[in-house]
Amino acid sequence: MAGKPKLHYTKGRGKMESIRWLLAAAGVEFEEEFIETKEDLEKLRNDGVLLFQQVPMVEIDGMRMVQTRAILSYIAAKYNLYGKDLKERAWIDMYVEGTTDLMGMIMYLPFQPADTKEKNLALIIERATTRYFPVYEKALKDHGQDYLVGNKLSWADVHLLEAILMAEECKPDVLFAFPLLQAFKGRISNIPTIKKFLQPGSQRKPPTDDKMVAVVRKIFNI
Amino acid sequence: MSGKPKLHYFNGRGRMEPIRWLLAAAGVEFEESYLEKKEDLTKLQKDGSLLFQQVPMVEMDGMKLVQTRAIANYIATKYNLYGKDLKERALIDMYVEGMFDLNELLMAYGYQPADKKEQHFANMIDKATNRYFPVFEKVLKDHGKDFLVGNQLSRADVQLLEILLMAEEFKADILARFPLLQSFKARISNIPTIKKFLQPGSQRKPPVREEDVAKVIKIFY
Repeated sequence: MAGKPKLHYTKGRGKMESIRWLLAAAGVEFEEEFIETKEDLEKLRNDGVLLFQQVPMVEIDGMRMVQTRAILSYIAAKYNLYGKDLKERAWIDMYVEGTTDLMGMIMYLPFQPADTKEKNLALIIERATTRYFPVYEKALKDHGQDYLVGNKLSWADVHLLEAILMAEECKPDVLFAFPLLQAFKGRISNIPTIKKFLQPGSQRKPPTDDKMVAVVRKIFNI
Repeated sequence: MSGKPKLHYFNGRGRMEPIRWLLAAAGVEFEESYLEKKEDLTKLQKDGSLLFQQVPMVEMDGMKLVQTRAIANYIATKYNLYGKDLKERALIDMYVEGMFDLNELLMAYGYQPADKKEQHFANMIDKATNRYFPVFEKVLKDHGKDFLVGNQLSRADVQLLEILLMAEEFKADILARFPLLQSFKARISNIPTIKKFLQPGSQRKPPVREEDVAKVIKIFY
C-alpha cells in the first residue's frame, strides 16, 4: 500500500485538474487511476465507492473523498495552504470561488456546440478581463505583497495561477492590462514544486481536445 | 449601526436561502436589504461593494463577504457548526456539496421554460430519491445518531433539513421510502432556533412564484 493519495478520473483536466495542481504545489506525490470507458465508471459505481455516483474521487487518509471543493478544502487545510485564521480563510474562499467560476466557463468551452463557441469564448475573455482579473490585480496592488492572502502561499495563489494559464490558452495576451498578475505568474511559477509540475512529464494534463471531448461524452453519457 | 449581519439579495430564496437558514439555526439575528430592480444591483456594483459584481453579499464582521460557499463556510466556522476537526469537516463538506448540487436542481425548476419543465421535474425528483436521499438515509442508519456528523448539530444537518423541506414542496410524499430522514426532519425542525425560523413571520422565504420569475430575471440579466 503506497499511502499516496489516489485520484480517480478521466485522463483529462475537468474537475480533477485543480486537485492535481494543489497536491503538486503542496509537494504531495499522488497516483492516478484513469477512467477510460463507460464500464470503468460503472465499476466504480457498482463497487459503491462513489458517494454520489460521481467523480472526482480521491482516496486519501483512509477516506474516499468526493466533491471537488470538499477534496480541495481538505488538502488545503492539511498542507497549510488555507490561511492562519477564519478571516484569511474567508478571503481565500472568496478568491477561490471566483477562479472556480472562471475556470468552470473555460472547462465547458470544448463541450459547447460549434456555433456558440466563438460567443462563449468572447464571454470568457470579457469575464476574465473585466470581472475576475481586476479583482486579483487590485488585491496584489493594495497590499503590495507576493501572495494574495496573509503574505504566504495559499490555495488562492495556486488556483489563480492555474486560472491565468488556462485563460492564456484561450487568448495568449489576456494579461496585457495586468502587470501585477504578470509578475505574480512569473513568481508563483518559479516555486520549486509548481515549477516541477509545469514541466513536461508531470501529471499536469493537456487542454481538452476534440478527441477527449468524445471520450468524456461516452463515459458520462452527455 | 446594529452590528447584525446584513444580507443583500432579492426578496426570494435563490442562493441566499442556505445562508438565512444557517444564521437562523445559529441564533444570529440579521437584517436584509432587497434588490427590487436592476438599478439596485447596479448601485451595489458601482459602489464597489460586490467583489465579483454578484450577490449574495453579506456584510458581517467588517467584511463584505460574497460567494455563497465562502459566506456559509465563514458562518459555519464562527458558530461552531463545522465539526470538531479536519476529518469531520471533510465529511460535512462532502455532504453539503451534494446538497448544493441538489439545491441547484430544485432552485432552477422555477426558471425553466414551459416546454422544459416536465423533464426537469422528472430529473430532479429522480436525483433526489435515487442519488442524494439514499446517501443521507444510509449515513443516519449506519451510525444511528441524531446528527449527520460527529453527534452534534452541524451545517450539514441544517442544510439537509432545508433540502428535505424544499423537495417536499415539489412532491409531498418524496420521503416515503426514507423513514430515518422523516424522523430526522421532525427532530431537527424541533430545535428551538430552527423551529422559530419555520414559523410564519420569520425571514424564511417562500418558493419562487411564476409571477416573480420575470422580475428576478430583469434584475440579473
